[in-house]
Amino acid sequence: MIDAPRAAEIAARDSYGRILAYLSARTHDIASAEDALADAFAKALTNWPKKGVPSNPDAWLLTVARNRLTDRQRHTTKFPTVSEIPDIPAPDLNNGSLEDQRLSLLMVCAHPAIAADLHTPLMLQIVLGIEAKIIAQLFLMPPTALSKRLVRAKAKIRDSGIPFHIPDAENLPERSNAILEAIYALHSHDWLDPADGMGEEALYLANLMCKFLPNEAEVFGLSALIAFSHARRTARVVDGVLVPIEQQNTEDWDDDLISYGNRHLNHAYGLASIGRFQIEAAIESVHLSRKETRTTNWDALNKLFHAHLKFAPSAGAAVSQAVVTANLHGAEAGLKTLDKLEQQVGTGFQPLWAARAELLSRSGQMEKAFECYDKAISLATHVPVIRFLKNKQAKLIL
Amino acid sequence: MRYTFLLYTDPADIADRTPEDWQTEKQAYGAYIGALKAAGVFVDTDWLQPVQTATTISLKCGSKQVQDGPFADTKETLGGYFVVDVADLDVAMAWAEKCPAAKSGKVEIRASALATE
Repeated sequence: MIDAPRAAEIAARDSYGRILAYLSARTHDIASAEDALADAFAKALTNWPKKGVPSNPDAWLLTVARNRLTDRQRHTTKFPTVSEIPDIPAPDLNNGSLEDQRLSLLMVCAHPAIAADLHTPLMLQIVLGIEAKIIAQLFLMPPTALSKRLVRAKAKIRDSGIPFHIPDAENLPERSNAILEAIYALHSHDWLDPADGMGEEALYLANLMCKFLPNEAEVFGLSALIAFSHARRTARVVDGVLVPIEQQNTEDWDDDLISYGNRHLNHAYGLASIGRFQIEAAIESVHLSRKETRTTNWDALNKLFHAHLKFAPSAGAAVSQAVVTANLHGAEAGLKTLDKLEQQVGTGFQPLWAARAELLSRSGQMEKAFECYDKAISLATHVPVIRFLKNKQAKLIL
Repeated sequence: MRYTFLLYTDPADIADRTPEDWQTEKQAYGAYIGALKAAGVFVDTDWLQPVQTATTISLKCGSKQVQDGPFADTKETLGGYFVVDVADLDVAMAWAEKCPAAKSGKVEIRASALATE
């Protein structure tokens, strides 16, 4: 499932996040901790090849970064009333590994006092050490604008007293949910452009959350959802054209990730606290079982989409529900559902037009279908979706 | 950490309050101050005269400038403040949420830039 270079990358990323969490928890100054750790990694690159890799690389990196941080604070401290030289104790490296405080750091990144659209970029930069330039590309933001916002967010974290701790039981569900939402946002991003590799990062973060919160059902629901979706990464878009899930080649689906997802979803069910991520994962799981059964269980999907709309109503899920209705009760029934939905979401929702075109063509209304494909194509913004819709439109027999 | 809550309301929103409403509001603030004191986090508070009584002074342009009114005309105006001393922003946010001003307007939370002992 994981190749060797990827394993090495994960190990490096793991220690980066752990050391950064440890340093910044004490100073609350993430930017300085990042600088110090970057220096330590740079030093390692020149020292280790010459003198050999130290027996405990994490301890070595932490010591160098800690000294660097203390030096710098000493130099820049002008007004002792504002910033004290932080007392960073030498960590207790029991069994050679550093206590993992990344959950506190994730809590800081997704704190309610930080703008919600910065939660995901902060996590990517701070916890995973991904460059702002790459994050900006991903979110289609000007790199300098994003960098400025990240710098400002870190200054606010430092100066406004955002706590580096795990919230108490009363606040934990809401706060951990903010982290899950940010991971979900990353996963949604990957959906049409698996090439950017963010599915891996989303999977990594979700897995991290499972380790930290083994009794939170929704954490495992999200982890399962991302694994299922990632299992289909090479089947979703073929030759630059979107392939709908019920038409994907099941041979392209990743069995390891599917069984990983099933394990996590079963664990979530065992915790008996249902939520939207588990429902979305269950929907994926029904689709994925086509690999074994060779058929899609529309009845099960119907029930799950009803639950989805109850827990987390969204226009996208409502369109999917209409398509499920059409598969169970005929195209006309699905079209009626779409008409009702249009009154709520308006005429600018692309998936609604794509679904309507499909159902119209099934009921033999080819000219109307053609027009609806035109409308859907005009509203689509992703190239694989546009190509898919154009192909469908071209196949209509007028 | 010391935090100041700046209480902003749109005067139009509270223009139609009756004397009874004000009585209830005063009681709500009394209870809030009581709760802050009971928790040992209360530092200071004040309730300000309406914004049209404001006088703004500046020496920025070299000589003394006196302006009759606030420095900026905003829809929502500063009506009062609280100073509390709590552990972190989570606790400050929890107290700000309980402030009666949050119901009728907005509470801006600002951490002190001076270290608290």
